[in-house]
Order: sequence, then structure tokens, then C-alpha cells
Amino acid sequence: MPFEEKVTWVNAVVTVLAASWYAWTVGGRLGQLPVTEIAYQRPLLFAVGAMIVLTIAGTIAMAIGTAIRAEVTGEGSVDDIDRKDERDAHIDARGDRVAFYVSSALMVGVLAMAMLEWQHFWIANGVFAAFVAGGLTSSAVKLAAYRRGF
Amino acid sequence: MGKPTQVTNNIRALRFAAGEMTQADLADRVGLTRQTIIAIEQGRYSPSLEVAFRIARVFGVPLERVFAYPEVEP
Repeated sequence: MPFEEKVTWVNAVVTVLAASWYAWTVGGRLGQLPVTEIAYQRPLLFAVGAMIVLTIAGTIAMAIGTAIRAEVTGEGSVDDIDRKDERDAHIDARGDRVAFYVSSALMVGVLAMAMLEWQHFWIANGVFAAFVAGGLTSSAVKLAAYRRGF
Repeated sequence: MGKPTQVTNNIRALRFAAGEMTQADLADRVGLTRQTIIAIEQGRYSPSLEVAFRIARVFGVPLERVFAYPEVEP
């Protein structure tokens, strides 16, 4: 598996974990409190921060694991474990382009919510949802390209 | 996804003719990942012209000995 594909898996798993934790934490309060009283700010910032930190940590751990495996099995070399070539760059660009369309479409919806003066809760969570959907779309497109050919 | 390319190649045969060069060796020499070499060999990825020339140079043959394109498009 190419290094960039592994990085994409790390991104996808971290995004799902962080977004699920946030949805479980904040979503559980939806039926119990008015949205104006739900303290979503800290969990939201924590989820975004966790995505960044866990992605970095996961990538480092994956790189170390790949290097150790290359040494033990003799398959591949430590020098080329993080090699990125033109195919990786093309797949990366395709994933980001599709993700841009998805995020943009969702952000138009959030823009409409803002213009219609929805509660801040919904606008903030709409932005977060667009962010998460874009990230997951990017990962899905990239993984499909790696698995099914590009 | 996975558009079938009409470009065919003889990389596998050329590797074996070059002392059974491994995909990893070829990848190292042209600066690609082994997975990209596999994708090229299987016709799942068409490399850039620059990479195609680098691959041909590794085997010391003209580009046409490595890659081919059908005379008549289907």
C-alpha cells in the first residue's frame, strides 16, 4: 500500500472518530435542551483540534510502523516509505477537487441558513458538517482511486 | 475511476530481460512507488511523458519499445 494511501486511511479514520464523538456528545443534548442552551463550542473546538493532532500522530505512528516492517520483512526500504510520486499527486488533486464541490455545495446551504438568521448553533454545526463531509469525500475518492485504479 | 488506457507496455518483459529486475528496483530508479509501477504494468495508469522516458532510459531502449499505442483508435 502506498504511503499516501495509508495517510488517507489515517485521515478518514480520524475524521470518522472525531466527528462521531462530537455527534454523540452534542447530538445527545438536542432533544433535551433548546439549541440556544447547548454548549457546543468547546466540544466543536476539541473535535477540530483532535482531528489535527490525531492525524499528525497517526501519520507519524504509521510511518514508524511502516519503516519497522520494511526492516523486518525486507520488503521495501526505509528510504522510500514516504515516497510520493506523480500518481499520488494526481489522486490527491482529484480527491481534493471533488471534496471542494461537496463542501462548496454544503456551504451554500449554510450561507442560506445565515441569511435566514438561523441560530448560531445550526450555522456552526453546518460549517463543521461541510468540513467533515468534504474531508470524508476526499478520502473516499482517493481510496477508490487507489483501490480501483487511476 | 480506473479509466482503461489504450497505452500498452512491455515493462514486465523488459524487467525480466534486464536480469529479472524487481518492480521495487525499477521504482527506485525512476523515483516512483512500487504500486505505481504495478499500476502502469497492469495498464491501470498512464504515466507522464517524462516518467515514460525515464523508464525507457532505465532499460536503454527507445520509448516505442516500452510503450505502444494502437494505430487505429477503436
